[in-house]
Amino acid sequence: MTRRPIHFYQVGSFAVGNRLLSDGERTVQSDAARTNSIDSGHRACQGCGEALGARYALDAAMRATGNRVVAVNATGCLEVFSTPYPETSWRIPWLHSLFGNAPAVATGVAAALRVKGRDDVRVVSQAGDGGTVDIGFGALSGMFERNDDVLFICYDNEGYMNTGVQRSAATPPAARTATTEVVGPHPGNAFGQGKDLPRIAMAHDVAYVATATVADLHDLEAKVERAMQFRGARYLHILVPCPLGWGSDSSETIHVARLAKETGLFPVFEAEYGVVTSVSKIRRVTPVEEYLKLQRRFAHLFGKNPRPDIVTHLQEIANRNIERYGLRDEEVVAPRHARTEVEV
Amino acid sequence: MNKRPFAITLDVGSSRANHTGSWRVERPVYVDRLPPCNNACPAGENIQGWLYEAESGNYEAAWRALVEENPFPAIMGRICFHPCETACNRVQVDEAVGINAVERFLGDYALAHGLRLPHPGAATGHRVLVVGAGPAGLSAAYHLRRMGHYVRLVDSSPKLGGMMRYGIPAYRLPRDVLDAEIARVIDMGVDVVLDHNVQDIERERELGNFDAVFLAVGAQLGKRVDIPAGDSSKILDAVTFLHQVADERPPMLGRRVVVYGGGDTALDAARTARRLGATEAVIVYRRTQDQMPAHGEELTQALGEGVTLRWLSTINQVDGDTIMIEKMRLNAEGFPEATGEFEALGADAVVLALGQETDLTLLERDGRVEVKDGVVQVASDLMTSDRGVFAGGDAVPANRTATVAVGHGKKAARGIDAFVRGVSVESVAKHELASFEHLNTWYYSDAERTQRPELEKVRRQDNFEEVVLGLTERNALFEARRCMSCGNCFECDNCFGVCPDNAVMKLGANGKYEIDYDFCKGCGICARECPCGAITMVPELI
Ligand SMILES: Cc1ncc(C[n+]2csc(CCOP(=O)(O)OP(=O)(O)O)c2C)c(N)n1
Ligand code: SF4
Ligand SMILES: [Mg+2]
Repeated sequence: MTRRPIHFYQVGSFAVGNRLLSDGERTVQSDAARTNSIDSGHRACQGCGEALGARYALDAAMRATGNRVVAVNATGCLEVFSTPYPETSWRIPWLHSLFGNAPAVATGVAAALRVKGRDDVRVVSQAGDGGTVDIGFGALSGMFERNDDVLFICYDNEGYMNTGVQRSAATPPAARTATTEVVGPHPGNAFGQGKDLPRIAMAHDVAYVATATVADLHDLEAKVERAMQFRGARYLHILVPCPLGWGSDSSETIHVARLAKETGLFPVFEAEYGVVTSVSKIRRVTPVEEYLKLQRRFAHLFGKNPRPDIVTHLQEIANRNIERYGLRDEEVVAPRHARTEVEV
Repeated sequence: MNKRPFAITLDVGSSRANHTGSWRVERPVYVDRLPPCNNACPAGENIQGWLYEAESGNYEAAWRALVEENPFPAIMGRICFHPCETACNRVQVDEAVGINAVERFLGDYALAHGLRLPHPGAATGHRVLVVGAGPAGLSAAYHLRRMGHYVRLVDSSPKLGGMMRYGIPAYRLPRDVLDAEIARVIDMGVDVVLDHNVQDIERERELGNFDAVFLAVGAQLGKRVDIPAGDSSKILDAVTFLHQVADERPPMLGRRVVVYGGGDTALDAARTARRLGATEAVIVYRRTQDQMPAHGEELTQALGEGVTLRWLSTINQVDGDTIMIEKMRLNAEGFPEATGEFEALGADAVVLALGQETDLTLLERDGRVEVKDGVVQVASDLMTSDRGVFAGGDAVPANRTATVAVGHGKKAARGIDAFVRGVSVESVAKHELASFEHLNTWYYSDAERTQRPELEKVRRQDNFEEVVLGLTERNALFEARRCMSCGNCFECDNCFGVCPDNAVMKLGANGKYEIDYDFCKGCGICARECPCGAITMVPELI
């Protein structure tokens, strides 16, 4: 069977909304009556990608479940900036316990709901990359293995941002953090370390694993919706740039996330039961420099004493992703909601 | 203390108590920037505005927005050289939006659906005489009628349209289209006097009790050059030639026709000669093909119809059925210079297309209107040196195109309106240009331009059927939707969606958006991610 995408051409096809689309085809975010799971007045930095990503994901989960979501949160920026005493930004049921136990707490919530016969209420557990790939890792793996009915979302800003930008196992090679300083022949974070959590999650053969960024809202929302169609353990990994920790301009948050995907450094895909089912192709091929140069955490690779060797090394990582997931394609890339496929 | 549920010790307050707007050092502000197409349109059309309506399939609204400025969409959609498309920002993404093709679609749609122009304004009692019923005169009549002024439109020809009828061949502008769009203007209550050659402006003004006059007399005389020629040689100028063809009394040219000149009129003459039966239609031009002032599309069409080109050549002598051509070469400065090499070429007729001039006899007799270098001198409101007498179109210094003339008609109408009411023309400051750097084109899908179908070449040889055909509705809609709405909000909800602080409020259908400055931290994402550049960041005064 050959498949040919139908392209949907019109003004602003990739934008949040579009006056020419029917309501059903618009994003949740374009709806004036969206949940706004996180309310205004939160204390995230200007241009925080995590605040944005969490609202995107949770509002979509609310829509997908008919507003029946309980969220469990690990410690981290998202928790701290949303709930300083005596205020809260949460407009959904929300629980916080510890830094490392969000998957386990979510397991408990899911069990309690099951006992009460409330299969209409769905559980989302969320954490930063530190809370996911490092300290919460054991609990998360257990949650996957037991196939508890939880969607776990990792908001990946590639470091321990809330405590002042320390390295995590999701920090990219060469990036400067408070604990991977720009010293010696190999400045910044080391190459050849770190964990690729989406692939580790896939190795657990859970029903659904996907990655997304705050730069493609249509894609992100579709993935949350898809995730909610499954029962059991599911995992969503969202790239959320952190202007403070990455040293990017607050206005560039979405653009930086877009370039992470367009360079191939952050592959965007989805997988079911351990098998990749779709990838977001690169639309405008971009060398990694363009992405790196927007961020001060990579400033030591450019400027007076540039390190083209390290940039090349990073480009090789991007190339490997492109190869592994088949991110390059001759075809015109249509917006997600236009990717209706037909048989020819 | 009120009673709380078990194990709950604290009341919950909302973070909305925390006005994060105080963090801001820059604030986003919605702006309207001037789209480059609008900026380039000689008729001052709000192109982005009418494309916006066309995008949603609301063709009548689109047409209404268009005729606010220009009453001839079906004509313009055929003969305008569309500087808007040259300026279009989409050129830098893939190809220009096919503005001209959509304009034609809207014009044809309105004709097919019998749409009427807006009603004339309530009668003001002011009377205006318009001399010349070409694009400038007709456009002025239209706008003056909308303002409620009485208009008498006079022309020396038996039919309305000026150069649109007597200069532009029917295969480019079918006469039924021309007639229909002109009739719509006249139906607004314009008093028409044809076959009337104005002899004395002042007298005509007095007799008719006119408060103002608009001279739109065009440039109807073909320029002549002295080429030594024998008695039996047939030499005529392109303006006369095309006029005679339009009058349905085409001259006998013979089999081999040479056209001298490199402009659009030269192409019109050569293509017309082919249609009248010339087996050879050769354009002789003294510079190179690239330097021809003719527009590229027209040239391609002419070549496709068998018109041939001899560039870097001048005609030195015409003798009977032979002409002598001297070859030229470009000198270091890129100017053509003679080589002294000659070549004979068989020609049954020579058509001179070397430019046009205004017939100044009327003005010279009048003496009140200042003329310099063969054109009428005008102020910015198009008033001449004679109070109350305005001039526009080909007779004043400007690019000589129908679209420029239409723009002049509107401008003159405004000038005249202000003059008769004894006020000065209100000038509106132009918005900042929505240049390409203001856009974030990521959000537009990749969509190549739709090509307009053309009449098969074999069917163009001996008739004046229209060559360039219209777009289907589907294609016109597609083309309209390629517009990026530069500088003008098109309600894509991006700002509303991308704010990490929910500080953008959506005001409902067509109500656009408002920033909630209580919570906006000034991160600038909305401005950065606005596809069309309709948000700007302004420093806060601290
Ligand atoms: C057991 C424990 N160790 C350390 C901390 C301090 N701490 C709070 S948040 C945080 C970093 C969170 O990083 P991440 O999970 O990536 O979230 P981010 O702030 O980057 O969004 C740390 C180390 C803690 N709260 N608990
Ligand atoms: S430190 Fe980074 S993740 Fe934390 S609030 Fe600021 S921008 Fe957001
Ligand atoms: Mg983190």
